[in-house]
Amino acid sequence: MWLFICSDALTFSALLMAYTYLRLATPEWPKPFHFSPSIIFSSIMTFCLLSSSLTMVMAVHAMHHGNRKATVRWILATMAGGVAFVVLHATEWRNLIVNEHMSPSSNEWGEPLFGATFFGITGLHMTHVIIGVIYLAIVTIAVSRGKFKYEDVEVAGLYWHFVDLVWMFVFPLVYLMSAKI
Amino acid sequence: MSDHATTHIEEVEHGTVKSFSIVWILLLIFTGIEVLLAYEQVTPVIMLVILIGLSVLKAALIIAYFMHLKFERFSLFLTLFPMLVLCIILMLIIFMPDSLRSLNMRVVQ
Repeated sequence: MWLFICSDALTFSALLMAYTYLRLATPEWPKPFHFSPSIIFSSIMTFCLLSSSLTMVMAVHAMHHGNRKATVRWILATMAGGVAFVVLHATEWRNLIVNEHMSPSSNEWGEPLFGATFFGITGLHMTHVIIGVIYLAIVTIAVSRGKFKYEDVEVAGLYWHFVDLVWMFVFPLVYLMSAKI
Repeated sequence: MSDHATTHIEEVEHGTVKSFSIVWILLLIFTGIEVLLAYEQVTPVIMLVILIGLSVLKAALIIAYFMHLKFERFSLFLTLFPMLVLCIILMLIIFMPDSLRSLNMRVVQ
């Protein structure tokens, strides 16, 4: 899992690097994110992911002490955080596509690459979150049936924290650098 | 064998509920600072440097405590991170100066 995380970290860092390059090299970069709702939304999404990371740590902690019931509860809380994140993110995408007429190839603020990088990076991250929720669902079922050991939960936790970690870079770079002042 | 198993469990003991909560609160505070920073009037380059700095701090907290690398063997850290950091720095060195240069060389209309 650590090796996967390393390679995935390089994928994301390459994408974010490309985004940052374009962001710095373009003087009229679009700044479409109003404080309300976009920045508030994305801040709440950040809060969801950070809290779900905390509950995941608690799940690993409970599993370490052999408490399977508590583990299942904490993982379910983690999944709730992940699902909340995806729902909020999907709402925001819908708002951008339907109300702001933004697409991967064009938008109303001029720089078409903004749409491509935004949908590319946040889309890849959202895919990771969705896969993470499915992964956690499988782990929950196995743990509640008495299968899976402590290490299995721990590895699932590593993946989940990594998804959280990536968002810690996506959020400031994509959202805060494009906030409408 | 059983001896090995018990030492393993002792090794794995990492952090308490209290330490996890403190890390979580710290992460939230850093996020708050980042959001406030977005509304300060600074040039994109300076803002980028501060934001990335804070994000790296947050990433380090997550890796050290939530992913409990701090409590793993040091060789695991050595296997993973110098390579990762080197790759990212290589990309930075190659691309970033160019990005700033193209900004300065732009034809002003």
